[in-house]
Amino acid sequence: MNYKFDFGPVIEGLPELLWGCAGTLGLALSGMVLALIIGIGGVLLRDSRLASLRWLVIAFVEAIRNTPFLGQIYFVFFALPMVGIRLDPTLTAIIALGVNGGAYAIEIIRGGVQSINKGQVEAGLALGLSRTLIFRLIVLKPALRAIFPSLTSQFIMLTLTTSIASAISAYELTSVGQAIETNTFRSFEVYGVVTLLYLAMSWMLMQMFARINARFLLYPVK
Amino acid sequence: MDKNQFLFLLGGLKWTLALSAIGFALGSVAGLGVALARTSGRRGLERGAAAYIALFQGTPLLMQLFVVYYGLALAGLKLDPWVSVSIGFTLHAGAFLGEIWRGSIEAVPRGQVEAAKALSLGYLDRMKDVVLPQAIRISLPATIGFLVQLIKGTSLAAIIGFTELMRAGTIVSNQNFKPLLVLGLVCALYFALCWPLSLYGAWLERRLVTAAR
Repeated sequence: MNYKFDFGPVIEGLPELLWGCAGTLGLALSGMVLALIIGIGGVLLRDSRLASLRWLVIAFVEAIRNTPFLGQIYFVFFALPMVGIRLDPTLTAIIALGVNGGAYAIEIIRGGVQSINKGQVEAGLALGLSRTLIFRLIVLKPALRAIFPSLTSQFIMLTLTTSIASAISAYELTSVGQAIETNTFRSFEVYGVVTLLYLAMSWMLMQMFARINARFLLYPVK
Repeated sequence: MDKNQFLFLLGGLKWTLALSAIGFALGSVAGLGVALARTSGRRGLERGAAAYIALFQGTPLLMQLFVVYYGLALAGLKLDPWVSVSIGFTLHAGAFLGEIWRGSIEAVPRGQVEAAKALSLGYLDRMKDVVLPQAIRISLPATIGFLVQLIKGTSLAAIIGFTELMRAGTIVSNQNFKPLLVLGLVCALYFALCWPLSLYGAWLERRLVTAAR
């Protein structure tokens, strides 16, 4: 192997790459907020009295979960202008990420709601707890506790998925890396460093969520 | 869209199937090795396997494909794109399947291993005849779930320039300027591959839960 590694261009581009990281986290965060809104709305519709609405939600979840994100983001990218909506690639990516994450969020939140035992609410009423206390201690906290691990790992997955948004040149880490690569031809060095930056981000998110979980949600059961 | 364009898409579908099959088959071999290393009880092996899993689960698949693609080229290997892409998917699948199967191996009740040891079965017999047959049953729903992820993931080979189903779709839509029609069809083809698998996985999971009760 007579290739000489040259990390010079990558080190020069480090500030840009760090801005790219911020772009990635911003994209993931906005996508997740949208996903949670879709998730909560979807769960409400999923248990609606209208069968057609229920089926619509089921069809949405199955369609999103069984097609590639790359196809979905292209679809949104081409479909929005046809209905007269012109957005820049980053906003388009947020919509695609939110719709994709929303389908998974529906399933996760639904599982959490179903895990609450109705008898516990009745027990709370029998003990004379106020409605707000019942909601806080008996409904919200156990439900959050049940869905927190899956919801946060979903968020980390979504963060990694944002790299696909580079296909429509949204502003995030991968597309920043691609721009540096086209100017310097140091493909391996650039993508190697970009990969490590993703690893650092997902590791930091994991640590953060584990701390939040231990601080606010864990308590002895039984 | 004319007949030739449709046939071109089906040609892409063939490569999607081939990539998924290669990634899953070779990834299973790698995954078994990772799962066994991860549960071996030897610290060095366990740490190595854990680091490999963490690396591939903590980075985007697209970056893994890029690094493998350019890394192999640097190492002086002149490989066909489809070979380096296959290696990328194999490494990816090895990490995810390794983690799924580690969980399944650990989910086999301890008494089974102890009983096998009491019968003085060696490591190989213990794994082959006692632990793995039970672990496979437990792992099946999650394994099929990952296969669906893998099939969807092969679409990223399009970004590298490998003409599978997704790239065949973008090529056709650049010709006929009907992106929504072509993309809709491409996504429908992915759906036709993935949905039956998802339903099968969900069915297996329900059966497993019932059996455990």
